[in-house]
Amino acid sequence: MADIPGTGAKPLLSLHNINMTFGGIKALKNVSFEVLPGEVHCLAGENGSGKSTLIKIITGVYRPEDGAVIEYDGQTYSHMSPVTAQASGIQVIWQDLALFPEMTVAENIAFQTVIGRWPRFVNYRTMHDIAVKALKRLGVALDVDAPLKDYSIAQRQIVAIARALVGEAKLVFMDEPTASLTQSETDHLIEIVRSLSASGVAVVFVSHRLAEVLEISNRLTVLRDGALVGVYPVEGMTQSRVTELMTGKNFDQQVRAKSVRDNPIVLEVKRLSRPGQFHDISFNVRSGETLGITGLLGAGRTELALALFGMLKPRSGSVSLHGKPVRFSSNRDAIKAGIAYLSEDRLSLGLIQPQSIADNLVIASLDSIKSGGLLSDDRKRQLVARWIADLGVKIGRQSDAVSTLSGGNQQRIAIAKWLATDPKLLILDAPTVGVDVGARAGIFEIVAKLAESGLAIILISDEVPEVYFNADRVLHMAQGQIAGWFDPQSCSLQEIEAAVYA
Amino acid sequence: MNTAVNRIKEFLGPEIAGPGLAFVAVMLFFSLASPQFLSSATFGSVAFQLPELGLLTLAMLLPVLTGGLNLAITFTANLAGLTVAWVLQANGGVDASMASFVLGCILAIAVGAATGVVMGLVIAYTRAHPILVSLSMMIFVRGLGEFLTRGGDISGFPAFLQPIGHGSLAGIPIPLLIFIVCVLVWHVLLTRLKLGFNTYMIGSNIDAARYSGVNTRKVLVLVYTLSGAMSAVAGIIMLARFNSVRVGHGESYLLITVLACFLGGVNPFGGFGRVIPVFVALVVLQLLSSGLNLMGANQHLATAVWGILLIAVMILRWLAAQLMIFNRRKG
Repeated sequence: MADIPGTGAKPLLSLHNINMTFGGIKALKNVSFEVLPGEVHCLAGENGSGKSTLIKIITGVYRPEDGAVIEYDGQTYSHMSPVTAQASGIQVIWQDLALFPEMTVAENIAFQTVIGRWPRFVNYRTMHDIAVKALKRLGVALDVDAPLKDYSIAQRQIVAIARALVGEAKLVFMDEPTASLTQSETDHLIEIVRSLSASGVAVVFVSHRLAEVLEISNRLTVLRDGALVGVYPVEGMTQSRVTELMTGKNFDQQVRAKSVRDNPIVLEVKRLSRPGQFHDISFNVRSGETLGITGLLGAGRTELALALFGMLKPRSGSVSLHGKPVRFSSNRDAIKAGIAYLSEDRLSLGLIQPQSIADNLVIASLDSIKSGGLLSDDRKRQLVARWIADLGVKIGRQSDAVSTLSGGNQQRIAIAKWLATDPKLLILDAPTVGVDVGARAGIFEIVAKLAESGLAIILISDEVPEVYFNADRVLHMAQGQIAGWFDPQSCSLQEIEAAVYA
Repeated sequence: MNTAVNRIKEFLGPEIAGPGLAFVAVMLFFSLASPQFLSSATFGSVAFQLPELGLLTLAMLLPVLTGGLNLAITFTANLAGLTVAWVLQANGGVDASMASFVLGCILAIAVGAATGVVMGLVIAYTRAHPILVSLSMMIFVRGLGEFLTRGGDISGFPAFLQPIGHGSLAGIPIPLLIFIVCVLVWHVLLTRLKLGFNTYMIGSNIDAARYSGVNTRKVLVLVYTLSGAMSAVAGIIMLARFNSVRVGHGESYLLITVLACFLGGVNPFGGFGRVIPVFVALVVLQLLSSGLNLMGANQHLATAVWGILLIAVMILRWLAAQLMIFNRRKG
């Protein structure tokens, strides 16, 4: 391995010659990885690139194949065990946090300190003190005696970090830490990571939200298909360059925006409000237009979409479709009227994961596969085959569970489900969540074709580049209100990002 | 030719493997163990006993497919039987007319459906757990029935009821014919109607089904209503078979119906399962009990063997799943 660029420091952790095979598939091929003491390091790669496998080797969950060399804090190992990893200060904060919601903050932070001690009594006083001390170190004030479930995801994450600190962490891995945080919460997390780093704790970020990672990290390790692509200083790195490294493909995106001012208006929203969620929202979407809506998590984007889809009732304001005012008592009315809503949560709301590809595709348009009043298997097969061909979905059999598909193919099935209802307006809420970077372009290709065919589309995303490159107009929502409009043809990506992250 | 094979496969479903194997095993075992097993007497006894448990199992099947349960089926059947009995008694008892019997049946099915409507509404709107809701309904229906009958039997029915319980048509027992008709109705409902389709979807993920535009409340109410109505049909057959009605008749069938669904490959958490494999599973259970009976075993032993069979099925399923994973790893 070459020297770490720009440093002379001795690494805290260094791995060499790491190989791992699962069922004939090489998950890691001769990978090396190094972390310096106190640095913030980003581990980047697509799903399946081997990031999690690597972390599990470092934390002792998996044992690498023979020949591996793991050097940590001056000691050499051929493999780690979970006990040695923890005892020597390696901590992982998993994406799901692995906390106990029903227990108190103090118990969550300090429970590891009382495990396995003899006599087997729990000293709540000590736990309380340990927890208070750990939170103080993070500069956070939480009521440690309150149950964890009273706190938000962001605060729970801080609890998880505090727990890691109690274990005298020298090296902390954070798996997708910002996935469910708002911007201000993310900012706070970044502050905490900086202070950890300053106090000598090394932090490794595993994230696909590149913007934040690039803001905070010192160095970047990229994995692709189980192999090391390289180690880079973050200085001067751009998001598109990282994407290119992760996928091995060049995604120089072009602004697709076009003028659709002459097309007829499909959806007209006037002064729509729902207390506590969105306020005084007015806009229209024309046939063939893609309207981008961006804003931070909690800006009211999804609530607005659900109101248009008939699943939330607005308190005041009006919605008209093709000039006719509409009022929906449920999403069934909205679907009948020609509105389709692709949920942001594909796993639990967008698709019925255990059921078949075919059934997921036809669920919203059962009337179209009837023959003589009964559902026809033949017509179902034909309809599914047509959509799968149209959208270029790669599937095995129609009867396979939809959960067997990759994120990108699942999303195509979800889109096909709504297209089968013959909608006039398609609302896409975060359509690339859980879709590999490489497959995202394919999704937007479909979106562009649909717009071309005259469909009105609302594209909701918290990733500003997605709406910038793929929408004709961009609406910025903040705190439930319209904060601004942007035209991608006449403004830069940075302008919108500056406004959104202000 | 190929399409015909596919049609049959489609009709039977992939869940047929378990009950199909069990059927072959039971047939083989008893044919070898007892020379009288392969006789018309055995099949006569199976054919007459199958419908009671079978109809109740159909009543249980729909809620199970939605990921729920209807524990009120047996007492709903009793209450429906009582309804018929009262109508007959009010119209002359032994001398009651055919018309009054038909009226009684209609009212009985309405009573059964009513219990289902109430359960369905409560489950759909409060999202209370079906076990609790149907358990409450079960206790209510049982209490009501016992209160109205003071715990006694009602008997003394017109003679034309006899064939419904014990007669045959073209060599096929009438209760069995009614049961087969109900099986086919359920099969069509689940495979060819929107209600059936949505039942499966709700069973797997009710929220995702709602987001896809399924009227989940309506589906749940209809499922429990049909379950109640089917319980009532079971109650009417039981009345004709025993020539009397008592609250508590068929009580022991309740949990067997859940197990029959399971033996028939129905996913206990909902979303997957077909009628035909459940039918085969019921035949297996009944053959087992008749076969043991024939060999001179006690009826209670037969029940114990049912339990063992189901445990064996669970272990075999687990083994089969392990084998599949193993093969996939190798492949």
